[in-house]
Amino acid sequence: MKKLLLGNQGIAQGAYEAGVKVATAYPGTPSTEITENIAKFNEIYAEWAPNEKVALEVAIGASIAGARSIVSMKHVGVNVAADPLFTYAYCGVNAGLVLVCCDDPGMHSSQNEQDSRYYAISAHVPMLEPSDSNEAKEFTKLAFEISEKYDTPVMLRMTTRVSHSQSFVECLERKEIPLKEYKKDITKYAMMPAMARGRRVAVKEREEKLLKDCNDLKINIAEYKGKTGVICAGDTYSYVKEALSDVSVLKLGMVNPLPEKLIKEFCLKCDKIYIVEEMEPVIENAVKKLGINCIGKEVFPVQGEIFPSLIKEKITGEKTDKISSVEVPQRPPVMCAGCPHRGVFYVLSKLKLTVTGDIGCYTLGAQPPLSAVDTVICMGASVGVNHGFIKANPQFSKNSVAVIGDSTFVHSGITGLIDAVYNKGKTTLIILDNSTTGMTGHQNHPATGLTIRNEQTHCLNLKDVCIACGAKKVDEVHSFDIEKIESLIKEHLSYDGVSVIIAKEPCALLNKKMKEKVYFVNDKCVNCRACMKLGCPALQITDGKVEVNKELCTDCGLCGKLCKFGALTEVDR
Amino acid sequence: MIKCNIMIVGVGGQGTLLASRILGKLASDKNLDCKLSEVHGMAQRGGSVVTFVKMGEKIHSPIIDEGEADIILSFEKLEAVRYINYLKKGGTVIVNTQQIYPMPVITGKCPYPTDILSEIENTCKVIKLDALKIAEEIKNPKSVNVVMIGKLAKTMDISFEDIKKAVESTVPQKTLEGNLEALKRGYNL
Ligand SMILES: Cc1ncc(C[n+]2csc(CCOP(=O)(O)OP(=O)(O)O)c2C)c(N)n1
Repeated sequence: MKKLLLGNQGIAQGAYEAGVKVATAYPGTPSTEITENIAKFNEIYAEWAPNEKVALEVAIGASIAGARSIVSMKHVGVNVAADPLFTYAYCGVNAGLVLVCCDDPGMHSSQNEQDSRYYAISAHVPMLEPSDSNEAKEFTKLAFEISEKYDTPVMLRMTTRVSHSQSFVECLERKEIPLKEYKKDITKYAMMPAMARGRRVAVKEREEKLLKDCNDLKINIAEYKGKTGVICAGDTYSYVKEALSDVSVLKLGMVNPLPEKLIKEFCLKCDKIYIVEEMEPVIENAVKKLGINCIGKEVFPVQGEIFPSLIKEKITGEKTDKISSVEVPQRPPVMCAGCPHRGVFYVLSKLKLTVTGDIGCYTLGAQPPLSAVDTVICMGASVGVNHGFIKANPQFSKNSVAVIGDSTFVHSGITGLIDAVYNKGKTTLIILDNSTTGMTGHQNHPATGLTIRNEQTHCLNLKDVCIACGAKKVDEVHSFDIEKIESLIKEHLSYDGVSVIIAKEPCALLNKKMKEKVYFVNDKCVNCRACMKLGCPALQITDGKVEVNKELCTDCGLCGKLCKFGALTEVDR
Repeated sequence: MIKCNIMIVGVGGQGTLLASRILGKLASDKNLDCKLSEVHGMAQRGGSVVTFVKMGEKIHSPIIDEGEADIILSFEKLEAVRYINYLKKGGTVIVNTQQIYPMPVITGKCPYPTDILSEIENTCKVIKLDALKIAEEIKNPKSVNVVMIGKLAKTMDISFEDIKKAVESTVPQKTLEGNLEALKRGYNL
């Protein structure tokens, strides 16, 4: 049956058809929908792991035990999972293992723009790159075949536009694959120096074999038409086809290793070769290394996406005629009205603290008018960075805090907390517990007490975790109780040791029901605009006066609490 | 309707994704090739959002480039103007005249440019409607997106039966009645 599906749904369908038994992931845009959709198939065991490293390890366990397994993550997730990846690449597999990695050229929802093809190269694993949803499905199935045939984990590289575009997919039946027998073999699965040296040889042999075989792989396709040749892969293939009709195209379905023989053949038939690839010049460098002249990053940018119009302009010189743009006010993403993170950031901003931040919806607290975050590096970094700040300059123990979300704390904040306690730090950590992984679209995690399929499970108690890590002072507070939050922060900053404040209140988007009451600006308003410091999208200036937008107000009450004049009060909606 | 590039723009949370999926269904019902490109993640938090819908005999890229949209369907006034450089010369803008204040306006840094549509009215065809008012009239303020789809279908000469069928198989069953009312109102404006 033909269905219009996202690239990520295509992968889920591919996993289903390929007889996958175990799927693991930690959410991350643009990869999240892969495992969300796999979880809809009852034939496949699916889970959210607390982070990408654990997700990969679980998939490795399943692969060794004999089940086809798939693990999905965003590009930066591979940094977290790199340790098991590099070594499992030595082991090879029992049943197939596929790691899907979603890159984000243009950084639509990411903190950097790393190119995961370099991971495939340095981990010595093959990598496939589909360019639409049907290919996403087909390449997933092929990836399992390659994984088992060549005894290697396989990476499948997606990019935001392929993950989040819908195109038609031919959906087929699932092929059940029986569990493979597990045979104990420490020379293959227990990597210590003596064994690993043996496996390193096997890795080299398999790489050489693949390098030869990939020239005949049906997903590497040369289309001849004209003397100008373009080499591309993934999303840029569809852009090249859109932009140019009379060029020869070499579409690389496998991006590691590259089919050198096929590339040479292709280039021999063309007078001029262009390499169209987003981000790093991976293909370009490989082609140049073969001694072939080609044009790549001289004309195409290393940053951001490369769209058809740019390809057309750089290769044919033609420009599209367009209407000139009109300047309008920016509309950046904002913390939602009723967001439970807002109160904490209001207090941090008011107290003018140095805040080491983390990644999640609360990263938006860095923007005006709250402007309450100083650093954002990677998931979990808030705690370690704060500890380092204070070790470098003990003054910071009195005027700085670390802020982290609940999902992020479980992902990789716990180890930072252990470090701060162990090394006699003075960090004050604030955990913003909104009972969900908000930024990526509301996934459960260990501290929500629900699984990926919303089944009840043990609920990790964050307070107990903090105490077990050795934090002697741990307090819980309601996220909208800003008075208490302010006094607690002051108290914790003067505490001599590592301490934690857990601010709790579910994400405003989890409760979709309209509240019966809303806030309203009464005639006591003196137009001091103190409430506007909250940066709440439900508070706006109309005709020079503050007004509440009833559609957006969630009755959280923050504005009423901070108005000294009693000008913001509750009324019936 | 053989080949059409439609850009749906609005503010995160306004239901642009559902709107594009209705059009995707319509295209597949009509046996057309179709690609949709969506925005997930960060931009959905009240930011400016863009969804591309392309249908035709054979679609390669899911992206609509600058100067290539036949129609911009805008769920908010300012957003219609923000993406005007994506419109083909001679293209059409269908705009919900609802105003949603962005943060710089909320904080009083700059005014909401109320008269902004006049900037584009001499370069392209602009069809205006107050979709929020219509949605509120039928006591279903969340159906702005389907009102807009109704207007779009009419503008594109799609039959009511065809667009109704696409809506029926896309929206959740429990909201179907309200959405069909919204569709009718948008279509028959
Ligand atoms: C290593 C890594 N994995 C995944 C992501 C994607 N990501 C960004 S924020 C976030 C989690 C946010 O959840 P939480 O900490 O609970 O904060 P909330 O958004 O709910 O406020 C995730 C998974 C990432 N940036 N880095």
